[in-house]
Amino acid sequence: MGRYLSKKIAIYLITFLFAVTLNWVVPRLVPGDPITSLLARFSGLEGGREILQSYFVQTFGLDKPLWSQYLGFWRSLFMGDLGISITRFPSPVIDIIKTAIIYDFIILLPSIVLSWIIGNKMGALSGVSKRADNFLMPVFYFLTSSPYFWFALVVSYFLGIVLGIFPISHAYSAAMTPGWNWAFIVDFIMHWFMPFITMFLVQLGGWAIGMRNMIIYETNTNYSRYMESLGASKRLIRNYGYRNGILPQVTGLAISLGTIISGGVLTQVVFAYPGLGYTMVQAIKQSDYFLIQGCFLFLILMVLAANFIVDIVYMIIDPRVRHSYSEEA
Amino acid sequence: MAAGSFWKKHENLYFAVTNRKVLFGVLMFTAILLLSVIGPFLTPYEYDEFAGPGYQPPSKDHWFGTTLQGRDVYTGVVYGLRSTLLVGFLAGTIASAIGLVVGFISGYNGGRAADEGLMMLTNVFMVIPSLALLILLSAYLPYRGIVTQSLIVSATAWPWTARAVRSQTMSLRNQEFVNLSRISGLSVFRILKEDIAANMFSYVFMVYILQFNGTILASVGLEFLGLGPTRGISLGLILQNAVNWNALHLGMWWWIIIPGLLLTLLIVSLYFINTGLDEVFNPRLREM
Repeated sequence: MGRYLSKKIAIYLITFLFAVTLNWVVPRLVPGDPITSLLARFSGLEGGREILQSYFVQTFGLDKPLWSQYLGFWRSLFMGDLGISITRFPSPVIDIIKTAIIYDFIILLPSIVLSWIIGNKMGALSGVSKRADNFLMPVFYFLTSSPYFWFALVVSYFLGIVLGIFPISHAYSAAMTPGWNWAFIVDFIMHWFMPFITMFLVQLGGWAIGMRNMIIYETNTNYSRYMESLGASKRLIRNYGYRNGILPQVTGLAISLGTIISGGVLTQVVFAYPGLGYTMVQAIKQSDYFLIQGCFLFLILMVLAANFIVDIVYMIIDPRVRHSYSEEA
Repeated sequence: MAAGSFWKKHENLYFAVTNRKVLFGVLMFTAILLLSVIGPFLTPYEYDEFAGPGYQPPSKDHWFGTTLQGRDVYTGVVYGLRSTLLVGFLAGTIASAIGLVVGFISGYNGGRAADEGLMMLTNVFMVIPSLALLILLSAYLPYRGIVTQSLIVSATAWPWTARAVRSQTMSLRNQEFVNLSRISGLSVFRILKEDIAANMFSYVFMVYILQFNGTILASVGLEFLGLGPTRGISLGLILQNAVNWNALHLGMWWWIIIPGLLLTLLIVSLYFINTGLDEVFNPRLREM
């Protein structure tokens, strides 16, 4: 169990190291010298000269050798200094990210958890009933094959434009001031619904297909046959199949987190929902490099944290991992 | 009975052509492929030229309607489909090639340092949200062609194949016939080629289909963000234009629904082929 966790943590640390290094290397490798152009843009802003002094000279240390630039990059990272946004000058990148990440959580967390639970149940239903299967399978395949952003557009067209129930962009109406009053909460939920349902439905299909295949596979195994010959009820056999099918689905969740969060980025862009993804894409349009890098880093951190939680859940529900850990099992 | 012995010899092929899922998938995929191949010859327009009045729903002259600027949506879609299929094919192939090499080396050396190192790398790439990495790379590249895009997309897609191939290689590695080849003094390359790869062909083919799907989705996502190839047309770009020109508010459903629907059907068809083949190669699932 200790080995299981420490191996996972090692992978996460290396991923983090890799991401930070990439963040540092990419702007230095590409043509066009983004840093110089940023320097020029900053020096034109009021107070920009001081920023140049503190940030570029200390953190980037462009006059120093490369290894010391790299160490400086890490040092400022640990002090929570991700630079200053040029489009929202003079807000620090870290402050922008702190606000944006809340929107990621409220869309991703419920959509991932609910779609996983409901998807598994529906997949199990589809796996045991041929009639349900004939109808549900094509639906699941359609959902899981839809690109997130296209599905977001379809949802937005039907629910937002044709039926006109939900507002089609932003996190709340421009006229509203955020606060704990009823009107704002309703407005907020109305804006939240369409990005949520998009994420929920597209993910649902994948989980359902996975569980359906697992159930069919499990009910054809020798232990199921044996139980059947002993006179166990269909229901009991199915329940065992479900419990065995759940484990690969948890692993599947860990593997898919990157894809899901990528889908979240695109969904946010369609609905102009101001999470990290939307912020990152806006930052690209304005070549706000510090903000791009900050968002990238936090998207990775989010995936790592989510992976870690899934690992712990896996450890809790699989006794084999709890008691001993072997790679091949 | 010549026909009977033919099917006996090619049992898997028999199950493949009689499997409803495979047939359905192949038909749909072929139809979409044909559309991308001969579609451009059926239109008198260029994808970027003014083809008629703007804001027209599908009609006899413009099968998929026109955009706000009077471009023919059908023309854009068939050309875009070509580019999307090309990127999917290139990126899927590159990613599968990398994944195969990593998977073979890692699986054959299971448990040793080479395996540990490669798996570490694979897991790192698996964890990174590909789109975020792609955005970061694309954001700093001022000019991008189809090949650049394929390379960028495949850079984050290969770990899936690598992991699948590794686990298959590891289970094959300890089989009797592989041991026999090893003590007969066959080179590692020949063992991998003749004993391991040959026995994994069906499996690798299915992984390739999924890889193709994944790379298409990733590249269309990039195109939608405006980070695809800097020239030409693609399905993602059509959708991006539609959004930028407020097609939603204007109720121009043909500009939004049709390109995405074709893309979704393309991916559905490949999933059907994949699931059907799974039943063909895996008799346990076939009984259902």
